[in-house]
Amino acid sequence: MKVIAAMSGGVDSAVAAARAVDAGHEVIGVHLALSSNPQKYRSGARGCCTIEDSHDARRAADVIGIPFYIWDMAEEFHEGVVENFLSEYAAGRTPNPCLRCNEKIKFAAVLDRARALGFDAVVTGHYAQMRETDLGRTMHRAEDPLKDQSYVLAVLNKTQLDGAIFPLGDTHKEEVRKEAKRRGLYVANKPDSHDICFVPSGNNASWLHDRLGTETGPIVDEDGTKLGEHQGAYTYTIGQRKGLNLTVPAEGGVPRYVLKIEPVTNTVVVGVKESLAVSGIVGEKAIWCGPAPEPATQYRGFSQIRAHGQPLACTYSTDGESITVALDEPLFGLATGQGLVIYDGDRVVGSATISATL
Amino acid sequence: MASYFDHAATTPMSKAAIEALNQQIGQLGNASSLHTQGRSVRKAVEEARESIARIAGASPSEIVFTGSGTEANNLAIKGFYWKRLGEDSARNVIIISAFEHHAILDPVEWLEEHEGAHVIQIPVTRDGIVDLEALRDIVDHNRAKIAVIAVMHSNNEIGTIQPIKEVVEIAGDIPVHTDAVQSFGKVEFNFDQLGVTSATLSAHKIGGPLGVAALILQRGIDVTPILHGGGQERDIRSGTLNAPAIVSFAAAAQDAELHRVQRYAELRTMRRYLIDAIRAVLPDIWVNGDIEPSLPGIANITFPGTESDGLLLLLDAEGIASSTGSACSAGVPRPSHVLLAMGLSERDARSSLRFSIGASNTRSEIDHLASVIESVVDRARAALARQ
Ligand SMILES: Cc1ncc(COP(=O)(O)O)c(C=O)c1O
Repeated sequence: MKVIAAMSGGVDSAVAAARAVDAGHEVIGVHLALSSNPQKYRSGARGCCTIEDSHDARRAADVIGIPFYIWDMAEEFHEGVVENFLSEYAAGRTPNPCLRCNEKIKFAAVLDRARALGFDAVVTGHYAQMRETDLGRTMHRAEDPLKDQSYVLAVLNKTQLDGAIFPLGDTHKEEVRKEAKRRGLYVANKPDSHDICFVPSGNNASWLHDRLGTETGPIVDEDGTKLGEHQGAYTYTIGQRKGLNLTVPAEGGVPRYVLKIEPVTNTVVVGVKESLAVSGIVGEKAIWCGPAPEPATQYRGFSQIRAHGQPLACTYSTDGESITVALDEPLFGLATGQGLVIYDGDRVVGSATISATL
Repeated sequence: MASYFDHAATTPMSKAAIEALNQQIGQLGNASSLHTQGRSVRKAVEEARESIARIAGASPSEIVFTGSGTEANNLAIKGFYWKRLGEDSARNVIIISAFEHHAILDPVEWLEEHEGAHVIQIPVTRDGIVDLEALRDIVDHNRAKIAVIAVMHSNNEIGTIQPIKEVVEIAGDIPVHTDAVQSFGKVEFNFDQLGVTSATLSAHKIGGPLGVAALILQRGIDVTPILHGGGQERDIRSGTLNAPAIVSFAAAAQDAELHRVQRYAELRTMRRYLIDAIRAVLPDIWVNGDIEPSLPGIANITFPGTESDGLLLLLDAEGIASSTGSACSAGVPRPSHVLLAMGLSERDARSSLRFSIGASNTRSEIDHLASVIESVVDRARAALARQ
């Protein structure tokens, strides 16, 4: 096949590209420039948008022996990911920008462009496995549980996944580093990227603060009694316990947690842990990574609500558009806006954006 | 088949230049040394200087060798700015054409950000010529405050040759610098006759080696140096002279000059052949800056409805080298500031590709390009349409 290897400048995508060459594909390396001003989202040593990263990616492509180009996705990234991240926070939700980036950039804008230019697929260094099963081509968790990225890929529909190749899904990260070294890729020891690539400091709250500004509002208990003040409701997440700066002490010293964020009134509601308990989840805009479940049918499976969260045993059903989950055990601290991903064993069934909790 | 249509970026070294380089690189000696070996290298450098001076219509003492065209442009711009501002603190205005090469634009922008320069850009016409009336106006309004005026001799992206004599006339006693990197050795260029104060040449654009260039600076005119440390070149530029590269540069210049008129005619014909061949399959393309006088080998073509980096990628896969204009330091393609200055929309600027032909190109290479361009453009159009 003719494939585009998305090369971030890190070790994973470099090895993925090399493996695609070994597999006999005709590979072209592409680095996505996600900021029109490479310094803008700069994060010192790491991040996905620095000049160093584009050089590292170019160098890796040289070593692998494939052509290399830079594609400007700055506008798409800014509109589709950064602005969405801000507006979601401003609306009191907790978005996952990596999910969004996979959905809107890597496997939409890039894959579309690649296909139009005559390529068949996009290769990335994500840790997930595509398998041919009785259900067709399906996505599964990676071999390395610590690296598994199936959660952030669950926003891809079947058509997108048909154009995706993840050569690292069957390998542990340590092996990938060793392989990079064997292949003479000097990014072998480059540190992993953490956090959100466009938040340079890794400090979400202060980054949001600089962009969304300060808006003082009340922190109240479930009865509406004011317990303190905050500088912007968006800096809180559901389930947060530390850093609330409450001026009214809790009765009997019972710890209090953020229960709700109300963007319209700029209010943060806190209360006891029990009030955080969630036994059901509703997600909108369902996306199926493989065959769609039958509507109005109850299935057993697992829900995951964070990139490295635990899979939670559940029963789920769908009406086609949304997914409703009944958890076996209650869950504490769940924010709307997060991604709900449904697994059947290690197979990714699909995903939805959490819109309500029950 | 490999078809290299990016001779304006760099072009193969001529046989004469390679021979000269090979010969000189084995010679021991620092041109500044006082002993026999030093004098011998000095002699080779001075002969090269005389030869380049003669071809460029300058006198040998006016040639200041530098490490690149970029360095020569920086030296002229910053050198004139600091020198003239030092003499008169009101002179902080720099005037440049809107479509200078980045080797002019960026130092000027840097002076504006860090050194208090006030920059005025001369607009260019849709055909790609500086607007002389606008320049006259700008100079009339700012005469006493102007440190330097820079207008390139020919534009590297579209090839149009600029009315430098007229610029000099308008400037009067204000220094005029011209970036002649693309012109020297390809079209008529005579420093003396133009009357400019300084000009930049670069070896690798005319079949010489990379990393050697010259600033021609009128006798008796000083600029503030950027590099200090030895004062090898008229105290204006320091650093041990790169004798092998300089000697090779001179050999390339001689070769280019010897064949200039004949090559001009040949390249002009080849360029027309390329444009006609593409137009035959894609009638809706247009050529930017398609006027006389121009550099012989540059064809800047807009392929409406495409994204030029997609075109470049697909052509590259066919073995065809072209150029999208400039990229930022991270390699991100930008719409050409040259085309934007000429009044193209950002969309059209992003759909344009430069083919630059050199002596090594053949008609069969162009035929190869013509045979694939339609399907390449079709795919690039589909890619843009999906966005
Ligand atoms: C018009 C023009 N000026 C300056 C330069 C820079 O010259 P050099 O590559 O020697 O630094 C170039 C070449 O890229 C050019 O085309």
